[in-house]
Amino acid sequence: MSDDRERIPHPTTSIDPHRHSMPRVPGSPLFSGPHFQVPKTERAEKAISTSVTIIPMINASPTESPLPAENQIDHLRTIDLYKSYRKGSVEVPVLRGVEVNIRPGEFLAIEGQSGSGKSTLLHLMGTLDGPDKGEIHFHGRRIDNLPARNRDTLRNKRIGMIFQFYHLLPELSMLENVLSPLMIADGVWSYLKNRRKYRETAKSLLNLMGLSHRLKHKPRELSGGEMQRAAIARALIARPELLLADEPTGNLDQATGREILKILRTLNEEQNITIVMVTHDQSLAAQADRIVRLKGGVIEG
Amino acid sequence: MYKLLLCWRYLRTRYIALVSIISVMLGVATMIVVNSVMEGFSGEMQNRIHNSTSDIVIDALDFAGMPDAEYQFEQIRKAAGEDIEAMSPVVLTIGMLNLSPGGRSISMPVRVIGIDEATQGLVSDFNKYLQHPENRKKMSFALREDKYDTRDHQADGDAPDRSIMAEAGWKRRRMIAESLAREQKNRWENPAGAEIRRQSYVEGAEGGAAAPRGAAEGDPEGNVPPPVENVPTGDIFQQNPALAAAAAPAFDMAKDQHTGIVLGMLLASRRFLLDSDEPNGGCEDRFYVLPGEDVKLTFPTAGTPPKVASDTFTVVDFFESKMSESDSSFVFVPIRELQRLRGMSASAADAGMINQILIKLKPGVDGDRVRDKLKAIYPETMYSVQTWRDQRSPLLAAVQLETTILNVLLFFIIAVAGFGILAIFYMIVVEKTRDIGILKSLGASRGGVMGIFLAYGLSLGLVGSGAGLVIGLLFVQYINQIADFLSWVRGMPVFDPTIYYFNKIPTSLVPQTVISIVVGAVAIAVLASILPARRAARLHPVEALRYE
Repeated sequence: MSDDRERIPHPTTSIDPHRHSMPRVPGSPLFSGPHFQVPKTERAEKAISTSVTIIPMINASPTESPLPAENQIDHLRTIDLYKSYRKGSVEVPVLRGVEVNIRPGEFLAIEGQSGSGKSTLLHLMGTLDGPDKGEIHFHGRRIDNLPARNRDTLRNKRIGMIFQFYHLLPELSMLENVLSPLMIADGVWSYLKNRRKYRETAKSLLNLMGLSHRLKHKPRELSGGEMQRAAIARALIARPELLLADEPTGNLDQATGREILKILRTLNEEQNITIVMVTHDQSLAAQADRIVRLKGGVIEG
Repeated sequence: MYKLLLCWRYLRTRYIALVSIISVMLGVATMIVVNSVMEGFSGEMQNRIHNSTSDIVIDALDFAGMPDAEYQFEQIRKAAGEDIEAMSPVVLTIGMLNLSPGGRSISMPVRVIGIDEATQGLVSDFNKYLQHPENRKKMSFALREDKYDTRDHQADGDAPDRSIMAEAGWKRRRMIAESLAREQKNRWENPAGAEIRRQSYVEGAEGGAAAPRGAAEGDPEGNVPPPVENVPTGDIFQQNPALAAAAAPAFDMAKDQHTGIVLGMLLASRRFLLDSDEPNGGCEDRFYVLPGEDVKLTFPTAGTPPKVASDTFTVVDFFESKMSESDSSFVFVPIRELQRLRGMSASAADAGMINQILIKLKPGVDGDRVRDKLKAIYPETMYSVQTWRDQRSPLLAAVQLETTILNVLLFFIIAVAGFGILAIFYMIVVEKTRDIGILKSLGASRGGVMGIFLAYGLSLGLVGSGAGLVIGLLFVQYINQIADFLSWVRGMPVFDPTIYYFNKIPTSLVPQTVISIVVGAVAIAVLASILPARRAARLHPVEALRYE
């Protein structure tokens, strides 16, 4: 039950307008900000269908945009990343000197064919795996060599992840799935103390995702789109500043995929969450701010 | 928090885990039942051993004994007087007991014990084991009129039928005397008819005294044993009134008794299992001899070389300690009489030689300490000073060993359950590989993931041993009903009261034992989950996420 609130200090607090506007006060809920006090309206239920309604809802406080000039320090930066996997006695190189800079508030798509190493790159960015060589910097601070405990905390509180296969826990209801990062962050007592507040937050998030009628359902009772929306809600509950999406629409039909992408765009635009999305679909990648092409373990062009 | 939640969910959704719960449960229940039965048996046995002997026994190694009981008592009091409550002298020898139930002569080897009727009850529970209520209060070698127990006073609940004991006492003695007198009269008048009458007496005795079958079935051909030696309750003098008058002119069987003797219950009776469906456990005790009848006892004198001494005694009571070993070999006679017959005392004033001193300690006194004190004045070359535990140490050690071995074997059951948990947990970890990856991607630490499975193991152990505890306690509580039920199902007794001389299975629950069984089972469940939990913790998140 780690109640580890230790986090990597922001190099400059001001680079993150979202945090700037809503400082985290110890002991207070993570996001008591006004933009999460969403009234339960019927409009919220339909929120995802029209981006017009979702924007003012999620982002009640206006975003400071464009970013101040001094915030041009990279949100995430990889320096000369190498990674190879071992298949029996053969070493298969996956990444061969990848350099990517991701600016705060950016929506970056990493596009590549299967086996180009894009997922591996995303896992390295999310500190799920360590590079053989090279460095990863988060807000200018190296994270790939941090102790496991700090990396766990980083993943838990500052980075949200969504996957092609949603990866919800089958034993938990949707609400519990969304709450799981908070359960991991808090010990038993502090979780139970804040339980009501957390549940309210999770419910309003699911409300925004149009899932408020599905709170008690187990993942196997949900459709793919619903599961992915729940996974996004889970990724957002700890209010991360970076969202890593691994083929988020890869397992969905086109219409649902567009819906998911729309949500991501909205999050990026309205909440200024930095998003890195990995995909093999060029048309999907085209909707990002910037596209990086990965081929044979190196960045193309 | 997620650990508890997931652990709870896994517990509710993985039915395979129930298998390991059941195996833990059965292991715990079996251990509790076996331990409490073993504890009950050995406790009961120790009780009986302790009660049938005294706290400390001083034995003279020389069979001729040690002189002057009073002097010995004084020495003992000087050495350890403040610890001693009572002392009693004993003379021991071996002998041959001769009964004549229903006209047949039966001889049995016995251990003849000369006791002091006044003090024997103070040093041991001797009196408690007698069959006449007055004798239990104050032991006496004088025959009682009647009112011997017709029901085993030590049994709670069912007890074998002993209604024949209602006839015991002077009542019985007068009846026999009368029948003998009648027979002798007939024989004197009509020697030819005596044989027929003798036979009819035998049949009457069989009906009355419930002698074992076969004793009086006799030979229909009239091929009967020689009459003189085999006349019931045979005092040879009574065969011939003239001879009797000359030898013991004052002895009248209807009014006088010989020296009293207390027989071990199993010398005087046999227990028969008739039908286990009947009440009383279907048992019946049939007696060869009843209080009021005479028996003959033959034993060696104390001289060198020993000569044979023999005398007639009147049975005044039975001794039933429920230790078959004692009940089937002990006969008790007055110590003074035995000393006289064996030539162990020079005159009536002489305290005489004794073989044993029984010592009862004050409550709470450490027997080993007093024993060591007494060893100082009774050198080991000539005497043996033993506590009751020392005396029966081989038996007690054997029971202890048996309990230990059983426990070790039963613990293997729980260990097997532990391996079951290990295997099932490995399966669950493999099945949950992707979930573990998800948790790690959400920021769960290694310790946290390990914690889920340790908590899971702990809860399996707790649930399993909790259920085992309840089942075990219920089983112990209703063990006799269960034994009855099993007897009914199998059509033969599971617990044969003729073998154990308990009518019920004794049980005793020791809280410490129960607690250590439960704690041990939980510990094994947790230990068994360590390996799978470590495996789960070490799973690489990326590989775990890719796992399909």
